[in-house]
Amino acid sequence: MNKKVIFYLIILFLFLFISQKYLNPYYLRIVNIMGINMILALTLALTNGFLGVFSLGHAAFMAIGAYVCSILTLPVAKKVIMLKGLPSWLVNLELPFISGLLIGGTIAMVFAFLIGVIVLRLKGHYLALSTLGFMVIVSGVLINARTLTKGARGLNNIPPYTNTMGIYISLMIVLYIMYRLINSHFGRAMKAIREDETAAQSFGINPFYYKVLAFCIGAFGAAFAGGLWAHLITAITPMFFTYTTTFSIVSMIIIGGSGSISGCMIGAALITIFPEMLRVVEKGSVIFGYSIPPLYGISQIILSLLIILILVYRPGGIMGYNEIVLPDPLKIFKLTKK
Amino acid sequence: MNYIIQQIVNGLSVGSIYALTAIGYTMVYGILRLINFAHGDILMVGAYAGLVLGLNFFLPTWVALLITVIVACIFGYLIERLAYRPLRGASQDATLLSSLAISLLLEHLAMMIFTPQPKAFHLPASLASPITVNGIIISNLFYITVIATIVLAIIVFTFIKYSKAGIAMRACSENIIAANLMGISVNKIVSLTFLIGAGLAGFGGFMLAGQYARIDPLMGFIIGVKAFIACVIGGIGNIYGAVLGGFILGLSEMLIVGLLPAQFSGYRDAFVFSMLIMILLIMPNGIFGSIGERRS
Repeated sequence: MNKKVIFYLIILFLFLFISQKYLNPYYLRIVNIMGINMILALTLALTNGFLGVFSLGHAAFMAIGAYVCSILTLPVAKKVIMLKGLPSWLVNLELPFISGLLIGGTIAMVFAFLIGVIVLRLKGHYLALSTLGFMVIVSGVLINARTLTKGARGLNNIPPYTNTMGIYISLMIVLYIMYRLINSHFGRAMKAIREDETAAQSFGINPFYYKVLAFCIGAFGAAFAGGLWAHLITAITPMFFTYTTTFSIVSMIIIGGSGSISGCMIGAALITIFPEMLRVVEKGSVIFGYSIPPLYGISQIILSLLIILILVYRPGGIMGYNEIVLPDPLKIFKLTKK
Repeated sequence: MNYIIQQIVNGLSVGSIYALTAIGYTMVYGILRLINFAHGDILMVGAYAGLVLGLNFFLPTWVALLITVIVACIFGYLIERLAYRPLRGASQDATLLSSLAISLLLEHLAMMIFTPQPKAFHLPASLASPITVNGIIISNLFYITVIATIVLAIIVFTFIKYSKAGIAMRACSENIIAANLMGISVNKIVSLTFLIGAGLAGFGGFMLAGQYARIDPLMGFIIGVKAFIACVIGGIGNIYGAVLGGFILGLSEMLIVGLLPAQFSGYRDAFVFSMLIMILLIMPNGIFGSIGERRS
């Protein structure tokens, strides 16, 4: 680790420490959700951006992570009342948060492997539709397996273990892993597959292996973020993990630029903050004497229009394949001296 | 026995809606290689138009149906013009995402204007009221839907087979660039395809709304995706395949729900999608599909 990275990490965590202590809960919640969305966007970019495999199933892995993690970490007293149908060893199990997250991630990874081996043979549209199908299957199971998940009512009273520091430390770990992955032989192979699969094959790269691997890693990240999300919101329902959520994660990386780590983070930040800014309009308000009726869903409408405009006028997203390189703080300091 | 026949009747009436929607889907996919997620939402828009512009003014049912089809056609044309034509030649993922965006746009617009609550959609009693024959509940609407589906499919098929525009359509689906070089105005043909597809979807939406007697803004999306699955079953790009696929899907869905124990009936959608994955793996070209592009 060089001095530059340490400098920016210190600044970031100083900022987070201050915001956790003094920011009002509403803004702090936005900061937290932004961090989780960044993890989701980065892990989805592994398949959709760097590998060129268009998956629409990210919300399903998020759901698996959220449910597994919350069932494992719910206090025994609550589980006895809420989830009567669980097997007794599961009822009496109360794991620490971090192991719940990791087990959730691992289970999602197993599912990703099983479904990936089947659907990753397909291409283009058919792959997208099959992963969407996987999402529908998962939400169908979550709604109907009432003994395990309490059905459509969802789980509530999940202990609020997630805090800002936890989210951003995980984000930094994800960022580091992504950075190392992209700049390794693995990442170069993925980019080769994205550009031309046949050419990559002729160079001895096995596309199927890399696709399954990237799909599994992405699923782990999504489930991890799902676990964090469940313990931040403290109530989850199967309805959340469907089309709208998948679409918003996909639109993060499309708006930001799916082939770029910094692009994904910008996209995630924009998509998180943007609906909050439009909340004033959604509630209905009076601006300059004109009363505006409440327009529920206006943020989704503007978001969809934005996606179409970006697809037409800037197909690579805001960043394209470029990255933001943070300037070296020492150099800035020296420049001002001269 | 009656129970099974009842399930078959239900399956046919759902299947004909899938079939109507699937015809438009398969035509659009054949020419543009585009999964039009917004196709199902056109069905929803059509049903709302029929309710708000037709039935609310106590117009005759056929006028309301006509309004539905016309509004659906207008929406189909506008969507193609505004969201898909600028993306002609872009990657598959871009058009897929654009259609998802349009679908969400229509759904949320409908929620904003008509509220997310379901609205009642009552057709005259002579059409919609159920008649019990030998313990099987059938309404007149059922006969109309199934017969209309088959008649419309035959009309569309004849149109594509023998008319000049239909021949141009088939040329476009063979090779869009070569068709352009032969002097076919590709844009006009694509617009025409979307008009026909959207009109059929609007018709299906009106019938669906009549069957269930209520409509809501999210009714279209899942029907649209299932219609695409019907296309895959029948072999994509083939009108008869789409109709047959629609009926097969509707029947098997209803029979699975009807014959399995009641606690599994919630897995209806999950079952349909696992069927899609299985078919893509085992029989990627569907029943009538020719061996064209590679799907796996």
